[in-house]
Amino acid sequence: MIWKSLLHRIGAALIVMVGISMLIFAIARVMPGDPARIALGPNATAEQVAALRAERHLDAALPVQYWEFLKALSRGDLGKSLYTNRPVTTDIAQFLPATLELCIISAILMVLIGLPLGILSAHFRGRFPDHLGRLIALIAVCTPAFVWGVILQLCFGYFWPIFPIEGRLLDSIPVPQGPTGFYLIDLLVAGNGAGFLDALHHLVLPALALAMSGLGQAARLTRSNMIDVYEKPYVEMARAYGFRPWRIATRYAFRPAFIPTLTILGLEFAAMLGNAFLVEKVFGWPGLSRYGVEVIIRKDLDAIVGTVLIIAAAFLIMNIIVDVLVSIINPRIRLAGGRG
Amino acid sequence: MSEPGSPVIAKRSGSKAWQAYRSNPLSVAGLVIVAVIVFMAVFADYLTPFPEHVGPIGDFAAMNMGPSETYRLGTDTMGRDLFTRIIYGYQLSLIMAVVVLAIATPVGVIVGLVAGYKGGWTDYVLMRITDIFLAVPPLVLAMAIMGFLEPTLLNGMLAITAMWWPWYARLIYNVTRAEAQEGYVLAAETVGASTMHIIFREILPNCWPSILTKMTLDVGFVILMASSLSFLGLGVQPPTPDLGSMVAEGAKYMPDAWWLSVWPAIAILIIVLGFNLVGDGLREAFEAES
Amino acid sequence: MAEPVLTIRDLRLAFGSRRRQTEVLHGISLHVRASEKVALVGESGSGKSVTARLAMGLLQEAPTTHASGSIRFDGIDAIKGGREIARRRGNRVAMIFQDPTSALNPTFKIRGQFREVLRSGNPAISDADADRQAEAALAEVSIPDPKRALDSYAFQLSGGMNQRVMIAMALANRPALLMADEPGTALDVTVQAQTLKLMHELTEKRGTAVLLISHNLGVVREFADRVYVIYRGRIVEHGTTAQLFHEPRHPYTRALLAAIPKISGGGLPDLPERSPDFENPLIVHEGCGEPAGAIA
Repeated sequence: MIWKSLLHRIGAALIVMVGISMLIFAIARVMPGDPARIALGPNATAEQVAALRAERHLDAALPVQYWEFLKALSRGDLGKSLYTNRPVTTDIAQFLPATLELCIISAILMVLIGLPLGILSAHFRGRFPDHLGRLIALIAVCTPAFVWGVILQLCFGYFWPIFPIEGRLLDSIPVPQGPTGFYLIDLLVAGNGAGFLDALHHLVLPALALAMSGLGQAARLTRSNMIDVYEKPYVEMARAYGFRPWRIATRYAFRPAFIPTLTILGLEFAAMLGNAFLVEKVFGWPGLSRYGVEVIIRKDLDAIVGTVLIIAAAFLIMNIIVDVLVSIINPRIRLAGGRG
Repeated sequence: MSEPGSPVIAKRSGSKAWQAYRSNPLSVAGLVIVAVIVFMAVFADYLTPFPEHVGPIGDFAAMNMGPSETYRLGTDTMGRDLFTRIIYGYQLSLIMAVVVLAIATPVGVIVGLVAGYKGGWTDYVLMRITDIFLAVPPLVLAMAIMGFLEPTLLNGMLAITAMWWPWYARLIYNVTRAEAQEGYVLAAETVGASTMHIIFREILPNCWPSILTKMTLDVGFVILMASSLSFLGLGVQPPTPDLGSMVAEGAKYMPDAWWLSVWPAIAILIIVLGFNLVGDGLREAFEAES
Repeated sequence: MAEPVLTIRDLRLAFGSRRRQTEVLHGISLHVRASEKVALVGESGSGKSVTARLAMGLLQEAPTTHASGSIRFDGIDAIKGGREIARRRGNRVAMIFQDPTSALNPTFKIRGQFREVLRSGNPAISDADADRQAEAALAEVSIPDPKRALDSYAFQLSGGMNQRVMIAMALANRPALLMADEPGTALDVTVQAQTLKLMHELTEKRGTAVLLISHNLGVVREFADRVYVIYRGRIVEHGTTAQLFHEPRHPYTRALLAAIPKISGGGLPDLPERSPDFENPLIVHEGCGEPAGAIA
């Protein structure tokens, strides 16, 4: 039955994806100004502008333009970036892994720090660890990612310089060539242990800056969901049967409380894909987000559309993964219709 | 008509909610923070030591100075008083937040109410459109819009508004779906009340606690979002004092002139925190009431 | 006569902050001897459930509860809660809940929860041994396919099945005392009767003392040796089951007796006031103010 609902989810995601492509296409074409002129800059000649307009079908009706865009998309062609002068897909293939690597490490930090913080708060409800945990979570949520970036750089890059503050690797380490673009994996595959550790070292500050808001949210949600669960008869039963309090907190109350939290963690991951733009700027991280900011500032039409589409796709895939995870850890959903 | 059966916020209940609010010192602290900031921002012309530093020109004899007697938080690269510029930054942030929410909230609320109550195709179409907006990380969508517009205050507000309404639509949709099953709605339907009446006079009043709580929290988050946009250089342009661009500008002079980014960064944290505390307090107060 | 396993003396309980408290138990005294079946009977809100929870040390941790008096269980003082009584939970004393389905964790299979229960009795037990014991315990409560039950979640089993699982868990570590809080009230009458019968048989066989909490004197009659009647936080009457049914002394007991539905019909006589408000009682049952000369 999981497969049927999975297919359903994928179908819905595809519809949303088409919608997003229309939306971003509309934004790109309906906005005031001639995209060709904007793209080529004020110094371009009228001939150059006309040539670009013709090449991009900019003189055709909007639906025709959209159709051309879809046709190209179906060939895996997102157009050409005027900034790098390469196909947008090539750029994305180069920059996306860095961003994904950063976001995934952040997501891991969010889970590894946020959930225990929430469990501690709930377990010590109303006492000192709870107050402290809630304060940390609240400040984490209320501070933009770039502020975290700047503060972490200042503290652990300048005043107490124990972490690098820029880039993905030391210059002395050769940049790994594939296969994934994830430096951690590539360096491990290449058997370069020192390189792996250096890549990890470079990841700490940006990943932490990016994780802060999500981990605060995760801690807050875990706390409130756990407190709801603590009211349930099965927790009283666990106490009445002498289950150890800490085991109740980390296992018997945590698992039911985690199911609703997980859905929100998916949303937090999506927010990370957005906040990566800020963190990559602060740490000079050569990822898709930094590329995105560049192309947006340069009004690089195709590149902007491509970047947004890829990020939306990553988000939708992430949501489907979360749905599947929820149905795996929630036996009620997993077993619904599965018997009989 | 005011239906006796509908669980609208009772008149008398204000005091109980206020009691619940007051009982949490953090909520009270949030209210104080917000009140002080709003007051300072509104009367910035009279309360800041160097209102003339709003423009591009400062005191060239005192450029890039750390905190001192005259300049409590220090000065920037143009010799402008950071404290003054932060207060004006607050002013700008608050204006943006108010305008964005004043547009995004009604749009989102109406979409949510109509989709939630009407159901069927209306529901499907409206909520799929909402989903499309929700499927792009908010900052990315706002950035993409800004990518095609000139970076001005008005356009910045437009971009943020465009990505903000769907969250209200989603929230109110869920509330409406739940409320539509309640007895008082069925009763109104039975006596033949019009759709408009049911949506705006019956269901909407029960959405107010959710809307007010979310709006309060969102003042903080809109400010956070706006400062993120301007940090990326996609928001208000200099010399207008803006907290996000102040942090970005100051980051270039780290770590020696740390005050350039640290104070505006803390300023953002404080205002977002303040509105969050008030929002959380409001939520608790509304819950205590019901 | 056997030694008491549980002795409660002058137990008082108040809820609320330090400044403003509402007392809900006004000096409860009762005792349960080894292998004895005792019932604590009263309407909802009378304080019977909190008495049992206090005896297990489940309420004391909450900052809003203030208990005084003495609870002696197994030679220790349980009034302060804490480690001593916590160590005995699930082991020397166990509890059966009103709604078995909601008292079992929906995200764990019965197997995992059963193992944990057995571990609180014997921390060193291996998974394989625990499973063997669990199967045996489930077979003893007449669950037809114990292996399959262990691999199920509570929501996959019927309420009656879950009730049996709870009984098996409760007795798995051979406790000296079993608390049963309105067992099976959430289930239908036939299933409720079956589980009570099962509980009676098993505790009789093992010599387990039982404190049965119920609002229904009809249920109690079949089950208990002695009965305490609790009303508004006070024990108003107490005696052997036979005494109580033949010559009830307190008007409240008579009202409860009258409330037992009879096969002969005649419907359910209403109690004049069913859920007393402890802060400002509106109505007090006529003549219910004082205990009817407690029988020690």
